[in-house]
Amino acid sequence: MKQYRALGGLAALALLTLTACGGGSSNPLSTASSAVPASASGSGSAPAGGAGSVTVGSANFPENVLLAEIYAGALKAKGVQVTKKLSIGSRETYIPGLQDGSIDVIPEYSGVLLQYFDKAATAVSSDDVYAALPKALPATLQVLEQSKAEDKDAIVVSKATADKYKLTSIADLAPVAKDLVLGGPPEFKTRPDGVPGLASKYSVTFKEFKALDVGGPLTVNALKNGQVQAADLFSTDSSIVTNGFVVLADPKSLYTAQNVLPLINKAKLTPAITEALNGVSAKLDTPTLTTLLAKVAVDKKEPADVAAEWLKTNGLG
Amino acid sequence: MIGDVVGWLTDPAHWSGVDGIPTHLFEHVWYSLLAVVVAAAIALPLGLLIGHTGRGTFVVAGLANGLRALPTLGLLILFVILLSPHITGTLVYLLPSEIVLVLLAVPPILTSTYAGVQNVPPAVRDAAEGMGMTGFRVLTRVELPCALPLLLSGVRAATLQCIATATVAAYVSLGGFGRYVVDGLAQRDFPQMAAGAVLVAGLALVADALLVLLERLTVSPGVSGRFGEPAGAGGSGRVRGMSRMVQRFLPLRTNLSRQETS
Amino acid sequence: MSATLDYLVRHRGEILGWFGWHAWLSAVPVAIGLALALPLGWWARRSRYARTPLIAAAGVLYTIPSLALFVLLPVVLGTRILDPVNVIAALTVYTVALLVRVVADGLAAVPDDVEQSATAMGYGSLQRLLAVELPIAVPVIVAGLRVAAVSNVSLVSVSALLGVPQLGQLFTNGFQLFRTEPIVLGILGCLLLAAIFDGLIVLAGRLLTPWRSAARVT
Repeated sequence: MKQYRALGGLAALALLTLTACGGGSSNPLSTASSAVPASASGSGSAPAGGAGSVTVGSANFPENVLLAEIYAGALKAKGVQVTKKLSIGSRETYIPGLQDGSIDVIPEYSGVLLQYFDKAATAVSSDDVYAALPKALPATLQVLEQSKAEDKDAIVVSKATADKYKLTSIADLAPVAKDLVLGGPPEFKTRPDGVPGLASKYSVTFKEFKALDVGGPLTVNALKNGQVQAADLFSTDSSIVTNGFVVLADPKSLYTAQNVLPLINKAKLTPAITEALNGVSAKLDTPTLTTLLAKVAVDKKEPADVAAEWLKTNGLG
Repeated sequence: MIGDVVGWLTDPAHWSGVDGIPTHLFEHVWYSLLAVVVAAAIALPLGLLIGHTGRGTFVVAGLANGLRALPTLGLLILFVILLSPHITGTLVYLLPSEIVLVLLAVPPILTSTYAGVQNVPPAVRDAAEGMGMTGFRVLTRVELPCALPLLLSGVRAATLQCIATATVAAYVSLGGFGRYVVDGLAQRDFPQMAAGAVLVAGLALVADALLVLLERLTVSPGVSGRFGEPAGAGGSGRVRGMSRMVQRFLPLRTNLSRQETS
Repeated sequence: MSATLDYLVRHRGEILGWFGWHAWLSAVPVAIGLALALPLGWWARRSRYARTPLIAAAGVLYTIPSLALFVLLPVVLGTRILDPVNVIAALTVYTVALLVRVVADGLAAVPDDVEQSATAMGYGSLQRLLAVELPIAVPVIVAGLRVAAVSNVSLVSVSALLGVPQLGQLFTNGFQLFRTEPIVLGILGCLLLAAIFDGLIVLAGRLLTPWRSAARVT
């Protein structure tokens, strides 16, 4: 009798250990999937092949999730079977996922993608970056057509600061930056196109750099409340318009082009997939992306809903 | 790697300026100290009261493990979002950080104060009452001094928790040694990250040593038994005494104590 | 309130996956940590020379900020930085640091006369440990396990800053969107998980110490 109780106790402890034993693999992408059944949207239970089947992934920030939802919706409309794995993490996590098949396609940005695979890349304009990508990418991966939509770093100042110092471009900051505080993500301090790049290309050296977040609420609030006078935000951030911030021009192209484009595993390509994703890229531009992102970030709408609405309006979903 | 960390710590550039070690040391100490003081102001009277009257013990039990389960990062972000529309400036980040740290610091101080008062031998309490002391005097003149060792061990545990967790304040743009950890992660500068961790651990050790000193100075020798005991007799007595203590204040098993007192 | 429920329903697949991951990342370190802490705690109790350095080391390890340990262990272990194995390794370190002292104290709480009678009955050292000392130390160790398991649940969420999939992702997502719904769900999920673990450990403790419930009845 006592033995059974003891066994029971040990079993409870074992149960504790085995909780969610489904999460046993060390690859976060292989089990934790947010599989939304494709059949729920009516594309039927057609077997793979024909239109194909893909897993759409995304990085863990709202704009990328939105783009992934747009891609997923467009693919479903063309009869492709779609599984979604959203909010995976940073590039270091999802690139291996693309290569080992945990995900098949992900929305990417041309400039940083090129930088990731070719640290020595010097291409700056949209066309140059796009031309340089095929050689830089590993053999198994490929990019499809790029859209006109860009989400690049933007050095932004408040309207008051712009008026006070008559600022229209980053170069105008050179004489006054020593009195100003710059805010941005922690990595901006050491990134080549961050604080060092501003100094070397534009001779702009700020009084102080304040580490905040990656173009998120901390940075926007700090700029709004005057804790920093200049900030690194992203060009699709709707708070720039809402708060009347001024984006400083970048005549010397310190910030490379960052066109939105799909990065896909070559083995998964089918004509339907190519058609769907190129269709999206043809219709997507920066003002559109900014408006859609605002619906998610400001109106707090679900990315899937915003994506579905846009796709329908544009005949892609 | 260790060489890199030592190199980072000994680099004079890291010892001056807005991002220097002294600045962040001051910030880190400030965040932790404020939290411990506020937590003590809440938990000490509460623990003394509950221990003395014996009423409301469910508060101690519930609070101890319940608050520990709260994820600090989540709470911090939640409070920042809730307070943002109403407060501007650094306070909107400082206040949530302090709330979260106080929530972490209250349970150890509360449980150990309660346990300390509870553990005062009944004979001592009776003697005090026999001498004509009223309830309040019994509490302050007798129970509190006797409970001091356990109480202070709770404060030590709370201080340790606060110093270690104050690193998370850097996530919402505050300072402190967590700045090195967060920035080091973002910049992929691992010596900086490791240096931040080393600095936090170092600060915790120093704080603990100071509190041990405080304990030595304030706890009466009669309570701590620090007369110097003979070789054999002290041993098993201490062990037996520990069994009761251990069952009472287990939530505190995060102490940095190297002594076998209380 | 309804917005929170809405969010839960819309994202149930993701959240359920993260819940499972969170459970696994919290539970495995407890099991491994206990397995490591038992011999270490026994050694700390036995040997006066081992006790001081072991307890001191445990204390220092516990002060290392979790985020730092998550990132620095891979450098030591040679794993990829964003591998969840690092989270498990780091939490095991914390669990061992916490439990070594608990095990040592638990074993120390066994009354001398019980130990002596066991020896007198002919139990060898190891037998005595397994059949007498550990069972008596179970309540103390169970209390420590509860603290460790619950602390782990909270610590795992910090790894969201590294992109590790678990409930903490709800916090970072919520912050980026500046919405409270995912954050509230994340906190509730952590509390639920902590309560489940706590309950399972208490249950295990009760089953392993039948004599205590008998005493309660009489």
